[in-house]
Amino acid sequence: MSVHRTARKHGLRNLPVHIILIGLCAIWLIPTIGLLITSFRPVQDINSSGWWTIFSKPKGYEEYQTYCSVCHGDDGSAIPEADLSDPDLVQNYRRSFSLLPSLSREIDGQPHMADSSVPDETQTAAIISYMRRISGLDSSSRLTLDNYIDAFTGYRGNNTYRADCASGKQSVDLYCDIRDLLNPRGMGRAFMNSLFVAVPSTVLPILIASFAAYAFSWMDFKGRQWLFALLVGLQVVPLQMTLIPVSRLYAQLGMNGTFLGIWLFHTGFGLPYAIYLIRNFMGGLPREIFESAYIDGASHWTAFWKLCMPLSIPALASLTIFQFLWIWNDLLVALVFLGGQHPVLTYQIGNMVTSLGAGWHLLTAAAFISMALPMLLFLLLQKYFVRGMLAGSVKG
Amino acid sequence: MSKNSSGIMRQKPMTPWMYLLPALIVMITFIVYPGFNTFYLSLRNNDNSGWASTRCLAGQPCWGVFENYRYALTSPIMQTAFLNNLKWIILMVSGTVVLGLLIAVLADRVKYEALAKSLIFLPMAISFVGAGVIWKFMYNYGSSQVQIGVLNAIITALGGQPVSWLTEPQINTVALIVVGVWMWTGFCMTVLAAALKGVSEEILEASRVDGANEWQVFWKIMVPQILPTITVVITTMVINVLKIFDIVYVMTGGNYGTEVIANRMYIEMYKNYDPGRASAIAVILIIVIIPVMIMNIRRFQRQEEMR
Repeated sequence: MSVHRTARKHGLRNLPVHIILIGLCAIWLIPTIGLLITSFRPVQDINSSGWWTIFSKPKGYEEYQTYCSVCHGDDGSAIPEADLSDPDLVQNYRRSFSLLPSLSREIDGQPHMADSSVPDETQTAAIISYMRRISGLDSSSRLTLDNYIDAFTGYRGNNTYRADCASGKQSVDLYCDIRDLLNPRGMGRAFMNSLFVAVPSTVLPILIASFAAYAFSWMDFKGRQWLFALLVGLQVVPLQMTLIPVSRLYAQLGMNGTFLGIWLFHTGFGLPYAIYLIRNFMGGLPREIFESAYIDGASHWTAFWKLCMPLSIPALASLTIFQFLWIWNDLLVALVFLGGQHPVLTYQIGNMVTSLGAGWHLLTAAAFISMALPMLLFLLLQKYFVRGMLAGSVKG
Repeated sequence: MSKNSSGIMRQKPMTPWMYLLPALIVMITFIVYPGFNTFYLSLRNNDNSGWASTRCLAGQPCWGVFENYRYALTSPIMQTAFLNNLKWIILMVSGTVVLGLLIAVLADRVKYEALAKSLIFLPMAISFVGAGVIWKFMYNYGSSQVQIGVLNAIITALGGQPVSWLTEPQINTVALIVVGVWMWTGFCMTVLAAALKGVSEEILEASRVDGANEWQVFWKIMVPQILPTITVVITTMVINVLKIFDIVYVMTGGNYGTEVIANRMYIEMYKNYDPGRASAIAVILIIVIIPVMIMNIRRFQRQEEMR
């Protein structure tokens, strides 16, 4: 970076720049934050208030402050004979009509509410819900892990997985132990399936591509130029162009819905880019290293494994991340070749959005489960990640 | 191909092909052969028992062996899809490139450049499906008093009427395109930022000293210098947009007039079980992409000559 460029970064003389940039970053971040917060909220809360209310005070706080806290105190225990933090007392006032009479009544010849007016029904209801919270009667947290547990185990009931298992009323396909992580409807199983699809579909094409890239870089053969130009063209062939014949072929071979089928398909579509990328890197390695290796009697095989592959690790790392994420995030190929037989994460979520109509509590948790690994890779390996994504941005 | 990387060790004539063979077999099986097969299937009838001309009905318009293309090019639902794809291309490509360039230029002037760029790039890491869920929640339309979707909450807080973003015609396609822009701006930003770093700082400073304002520096110096990169970004984005499938599939399923080509192809094949029509749509997709393919090869050959 030049001196000028660094110098220009200092000082606040570009206030509009900061405002626009920070504003854009906020717009980019808000949707994801909304999803993340929602995935930790209890289902009743999600549907009755926006996720941003998590930052405000609990329900009834304002009303309690207006009408009650002057005498009863902020925690409700200021008057010993009317201790609002005592569950046994609050227990008696479940609805606004049971509390309202007591608020209108006179105490020791004075109105209960002294000078201020008596709250209306809605306000009273809010006050009750706040009293239940400070007395400990309502101990439900504003944040919960239940959505994740329900999503992982594939729980689809009206309660929560934990509550159902505690009361022994779980549905017949749940065991209430570690086995539920493998429930075919759950995201736990889908996570495993996604891994099982993505790892071989990443390793296989990169290995095969490395061999081909070595031949393109360090061997001489007829037709090398036009074959490589053809490869550049193949990179932009859309997946859609080959889905139908391949799924017909798989149907004949009984390979629809098998892991082998999807591994091979991803390998085929990953190769043109992988070869292109690795060859560009390998071809740029210093020629002298190879010359001296060959003079020392190294064979191509030795040069490939001992020299070329170790030196190409930066390119291989970028490619690995890109190919892995491409497959992890893919929906179309999984939909066509695996379907519901081995549901992967994207397939499961797609199903939940389109047909099953799962609630937001499950959907947000499921979506975040599928996003956690890519985001982690992004944060840890940003350099390789960005390089890989840029190189492969028009694949398939 | 560069001379310096040509074969430098004697080898048996078959050796290179041994290294290439696995890759060639897999690519021919999964890309080349199916590609030609799709073209053949697009000329066949529904169950591949005869040419597509057998599907023609007496007294109806008929394109003979290209009957599937008549459907793919003239049916109302496909014309909706083409029109929508055109909207996608115009709005998403211009949106991602303009925003990407804007952020690249602005981020270059602040100390938190890396952080800002990371935030914008982050959506590239997640799946279209995940982005679909995120934005479906943003667009949530509550028929009752409470709006739990951010956009409608803002609108109602300002006193407006909530909008059903995903079912309202015209609005919904734009709403889907916004998701695409949100995901892909990071890509454009990163490529353009790299190109901007290559613009000579001396020239920029010289023009500033000569009295050019920032606006003129941007349009007269920066943009012309990074024009080749902008072209590459635009063509890349056009191809990506043409293949958009997941966002539409997850968020609207192509209903309410949001159909696009790639989703239509999926529905013809796996919902209507009509390989002939689905193949015809796929062939149209590749025909649109072929010019870009040739451009890429030409550009590659130019690069190789310069190596």
